[in-house]
Amino acid sequence: MAALLEVKGLKAFYGQTQSLYDVGFDIPAGGITTLLGANGAGKTTTLRAICNMVRTEGVVRFDGKDLGGMATEEIVRLRIAHVPEGRGTFTTLTVDENLRIAAYTRSDKAGVQADLDRVFTYFPRLKERVQQQAGTLSGGEQQMLAIARALMLNPRLMLLDEPSFGLAPLIVVEIFRIMRRINEEEKVSMLLVEQNAALALDLADNAYVLETGRVVMSGPAAVIKNDENVRKSYLGY
Amino acid sequence: MEQFLQQIASGLANGAIYACVALALVMIYVSTDHINFAQGEMAMFSTYISWQLMSWGLSFWVAFIVAVAFSFVLGVIIERVILRPLHNAPVLSIVVVFIGLLAICNSVAGAIWSYLIKEYPSPFPKSSFGIAGVIGPHQLGVVIVTLIVLSFLFVFFRYTPLGLAMRAAAQNPQMARLVGVRVDWMLALGWGLAAAVGAVAGIMVAHIVYLDPNMMGGILLYAFASALVGGIGNPGGAVLGGFIVGVLENMVAFAGNQIEKATGVYIIGNGEKLTVALIIVIFVLTVRPAGLFGRVVVKRV
Repeated sequence: MAALLEVKGLKAFYGQTQSLYDVGFDIPAGGITTLLGANGAGKTTTLRAICNMVRTEGVVRFDGKDLGGMATEEIVRLRIAHVPEGRGTFTTLTVDENLRIAAYTRSDKAGVQADLDRVFTYFPRLKERVQQQAGTLSGGEQQMLAIARALMLNPRLMLLDEPSFGLAPLIVVEIFRIMRRINEEEKVSMLLVEQNAALALDLADNAYVLETGRVVMSGPAAVIKNDENVRKSYLGY
Repeated sequence: MEQFLQQIASGLANGAIYACVALALVMIYVSTDHINFAQGEMAMFSTYISWQLMSWGLSFWVAFIVAVAFSFVLGVIIERVILRPLHNAPVLSIVVVFIGLLAICNSVAGAIWSYLIKEYPSPFPKSSFGIAGVIGPHQLGVVIVTLIVLSFLFVFFRYTPLGLAMRAAAQNPQMARLVGVRVDWMLALGWGLAAAVGAVAGIMVAHIVYLDPNMMGGILLYAFASALVGGIGNPGGAVLGGFIVGVLENMVAFAGNQIEKATGVYIIGNGEKLTVALIIVIFVLTVRPAGLFGRVVVKRV
């Protein structure tokens, strides 16, 4: 089966500083893949590089289409939804507006309304807060909003950057459970970046381990999870 | 008492003009963090366009619409051609560009239409408009036109998808890109709208201050004061600030006149109106930098 997202020899630069050297991986359609690694390994940069938010070299293909040189907003229009680090909440807009803005590129009004209703079945809490200013939501609610907003793009691939960041363990468990449901019910493929390796490996099918801008290890999540050496040297738990 | 009401009414009319220009300033400020010093001169240029169209025989309102549309296009072009390459430039470079733009508009207008002061007509019929003894026909017209423009903008930003996209792009450009909004075009559109609103203000005020290439100089200062009073990042505040500044300057002059009448001592009068604007600017910047309706932005570092 051809991969939905194909990354080969990906390099990324912040100004003069190179932060990815040779990152390569495939994401099969429908599955959840996780990128693990310590602070500064290049996980977030990899996600940003896929969306051309940093200067990149190398090949990124989505559904066979080369994304090289495309503007971020055009890549998003191919239905790649990026849930960024720090959640990217439009703090001065209402929850409702935060969700509707993601449907800005879509012309199917009925579909948008249906998606909005469906998103609320995953996140009933957002429905209660629909007219509230998004900046006043709690961290967990903002993370839910970020995922809900990504869903409004009707995505084929979701890039999730540390959805557990700064959240209470109970909320994290809830959010991960919802992510699994979304993956199964919406047939959305996911690329998940996480610090919390144990949690990510439970959710994911495949895992890649990054170290200083290179892939040093890859395999089925179950295998990586049980490999004591990998755990000790790269994941630190 | 009648004089008092008249002063308030003319303050509201002036305030409507300040509100428009202040709103134009704020619209560009919220999306780029820059104050467009050329906003006033761009409005002046548009006003000359409308004057030219009228002198070619078009009616006032046709000339008005064409000039406003022209300003919109010009605003978009200025952003795309001149400012686009400077997106990552330091603030100082952009300030210099704005000042250059100001000088260019001013001297081009002077070169084409000369620096002689011209009369500018009012479209509001003297017979049927205004309330005798309270508000003049042109003043009432100005207030109505600006209120229409402002409500149009409010509806546009509040209730249309494009308006929402522009707000999102201004608030968090990077995230806006991640939901597929073409942020660069939103900026250009913002410039176009700001230029159009400025043009409305210029065309409305030209009958009061007469048409000449320097007509907007003082008004830009008032507008800046208004935007500051309202909180520089707050469009609604800028509009309200405009009306506050407009009425306030008249009230100060009015009080000055009354004091002079009663005591014979001249303290402040019509001549010091612009000083009032400057005092407001300084006062707000020192006492309440976030403005009346602005929020203090706390940045995490």
